Amino acid sequence: MFEDKFSRVLYIDLSKKSFTIKSRPDLFEKWLGGTGVGIQILKEECPKNVDPFSPDNTVIFAVGPITSLYPLASKTIAIFKSPLTGNLGESHAGGRSAVSIMMAGYGAIVIKGKSDIPVYLSIFDNEVRFHDARAIWGIKDAITVGKIIRQKETFSGQRSIMRIGRAGENLVSFASLNTETYRHFGRLGLGAVFGSKNLKAIVIAGKRTINLSDPKAYLRIYKNILDETTSSLMKKYHDLGTAANVLPLHEIGGLPIENLNRTSYEGAIELSGENLAQNYLGRRIACTGCPVACVHIAAFRDPHEEEKYFYKTSMIGYDYEPIYSLGTMLGIKDAKGFLKLMDRTEKLGLDAMSSGVALAWATEMLNKNLITEKETLVKFSFGNWERYIEGLENIVSMPNDFYKALAKGTSYASKIYGGKDFALNFGKNEMPGYHTGPAAHLGWFLGARHSHLDNAGYSMDQSLKGNYPRPEKLIDNLIEEEANRQILSSLVVCFFARAIYLNFDNTINCLKTIGIDLTKEELKELGMEIYRQKMSYKTQEGWLPNFQDLPKRIFETSAPFGKISEEYMNKAIDYFRKRLEKDFR
Amino acid sequence: MRIEIKDPDRCVGCEICMLACVRRQGFAGLAKSKIAVHSSGGMEKGFTVLVCRACFDPPCAAVCPTNALEVRKDGGVNLISEKCIGCKNCVEACTVNAVFWDSETNKPNICTYCGFCAMNCPHHVLYFNKEWGKRDV
Ligand code: SF4
Ligand code: SF4
Ligand code: SF4
Repeated sequence: MFEDKFSRVLYIDLSKKSFTIKSRPDLFEKWLGGTGVGIQILKEECPKNVDPFSPDNTVIFAVGPITSLYPLASKTIAIFKSPLTGNLGESHAGGRSAVSIMMAGYGAIVIKGKSDIPVYLSIFDNEVRFHDARAIWGIKDAITVGKIIRQKETFSGQRSIMRIGRAGENLVSFASLNTETYRHFGRLGLGAVFGSKNLKAIVIAGKRTINLSDPKAYLRIYKNILDETTSSLMKKYHDLGTAANVLPLHEIGGLPIENLNRTSYEGAIELSGENLAQNYLGRRIACTGCPVACVHIAAFRDPHEEEKYFYKTSMIGYDYEPIYSLGTMLGIKDAKGFLKLMDRTEKLGLDAMSSGVALAWATEMLNKNLITEKETLVKFSFGNWERYIEGLENIVSMPNDFYKALAKGTSYASKIYGGKDFALNFGKNEMPGYHTGPAAHLGWFLGARHSHLDNAGYSMDQSLKGNYPRPEKLIDNLIEEEANRQILSSLVVCFFARAIYLNFDNTINCLKTIGIDLTKEELKELGMEIYRQKMSYKTQEGWLPNFQDLPKRIFETSAPFGKISEEYMNKAIDYFRKRLEKDFR
Repeated sequence: MRIEIKDPDRCVGCEICMLACVRRQGFAGLAKSKIAVHSSGGMEKGFTVLVCRACFDPPCAAVCPTNALEVRKDGGVNLISEKCIGCKNCVEACTVNAVFWDSETNKPNICTYCGFCAMNCPHHVLYFNKEWGKRDV
């Protein structure tokens, strides 16, 4: 039923600098693609309890059966053992990565081993080349690395270039893997895993044809879905991008500010999507195959330090989450400061979210005199972005023990230096930008990748408006939502298209045109089974959520519908552990 | 008839036009696209859309050794696939780089001026000019 090219897996061994291609219809027929396939390969390839920086750690990139076939089926998922959490790492990125992997002829790419010298890979159709990357190792910024590879390699203008920055080389636990300059496998430290393997970059492209079982139906179903993407929801993402969320969250009092000491402040107007679009927006771009084009890039003019009337113009991508973490969480009140922090984070190859939250924690530690400038080397204060730029540099260059610890994440650093109650991490991953209520915090505390998109607790909070059901019921809902979302991340589609593809009729029709027949019940069951696979992997690697591990700060700062009850959260976590034990181990 | 680039600044690089072109031919993927969108040296610089200009005196046809490219009265060429020997002269000859290569069939991808790409572009970059060439007939 599956065409061969959906189910081909490229296995790369960096230690031996060799590769093999295997046809794995067994995997793709059962698990679709994306996370479904990824978690299975992780279980096959990655030894139990492996050290994330061991050559045995395995990185899996996977796309899905409708990649390059339908609108917004434009994401790649990466699965690996995370150096930040020591557990399941899962990260999603768009750009050109997904279509490039599919057009090069693969459903998944598996990378193992460690090269003796820095290398980068080029993958064009059936050919994988290993290139010496010693000359581009240590280059100051990840954008330049992209430029260099662009000039050297073929498939000009239509390839995906994934690369790490100095953060990845230096094994910062929350280093990101940048793709096409403005998209990222941002979370959970994939960049550091690349660094530990001496892998600087991958460039990938191809062009091929996918045969269809019913071309006429394909035209019709494609059009229906394309029409749905021009709905008003999608228009909001095209016009303002995800930054559209800043003002609404500020207005309801759910925007985390200054290490979540507050939830609204005057800086929100300056950092709003509206202000950024009116005064800075330079260009919008799209992931391949996506009509929405939510990716917003600011054109930022900066006077040269030495030369009068000379300006450096940088193009800087922005999104809601970095605006929260590098902006509001650090109390930044001017857009210029935020954009400069964003630019530096991008160039260093850091995860913007973890970086901002880590610096916010360090600032509060300093304010409370729990540490001194001897540790931070810089006098951080909320709003002062120049100092935070030095902070970002220090996280990457690690000039002392404090930064060595901070480069392992806020959870790790707070165990050594204190301040655990306001170190805002969940399952050792730094929090996303929503203080909307218990569902949000439970959602990412208990979710497989501790992400706000795991199960959308933040959106449950906003629709429940304070009328919470029994904690058991809320947990059941979160689990069901997360299980459904496994379908999205196995197809693999952008989560902005969830309304389209979680309308199961659409998904069933899409799959039919390529010869896959699944009913709604079968899809839902599959989602639940993938969820179970992830949870069993997580518990196998030692994860068990514990109420005591929640940062107390979330109970101190009022959420939009009042303060969060400790008792409610405690009961919910208890019940989740019971379900984990009974249904998902 | 021809496809015109009306407003290149609005192009977001989604490649929906390329995917539409292939879909119209009954396939999916990119190998058979008769239009191409490239980043102009990194996405920060925007995109270039390459599409056949439907020349009246087409250089591609001029260099074809087998007359596989038949010149149309209203501009541009038709590919007569059986005659093509896959020499790639046409690719080299096209001034605007709009003859693409299908390495699966070893033949050029020649625009058929159907306008489907323009109809599908979500950002009004492309314009399907049905009047092109009519006055000269
Ligand atoms: S909505 Fe945005 S992130 Fe999602 S596929 Fe489209 S451009 Fe990419
Ligand atoms: S590749 Fe085919 S169409 Fe092009 S010039 Fe050669 S014979 Fe003619
Ligand atoms: S469909 Fe339109 S916006 Fe998208 S790449 Fe083509 S010309 Fe550009």
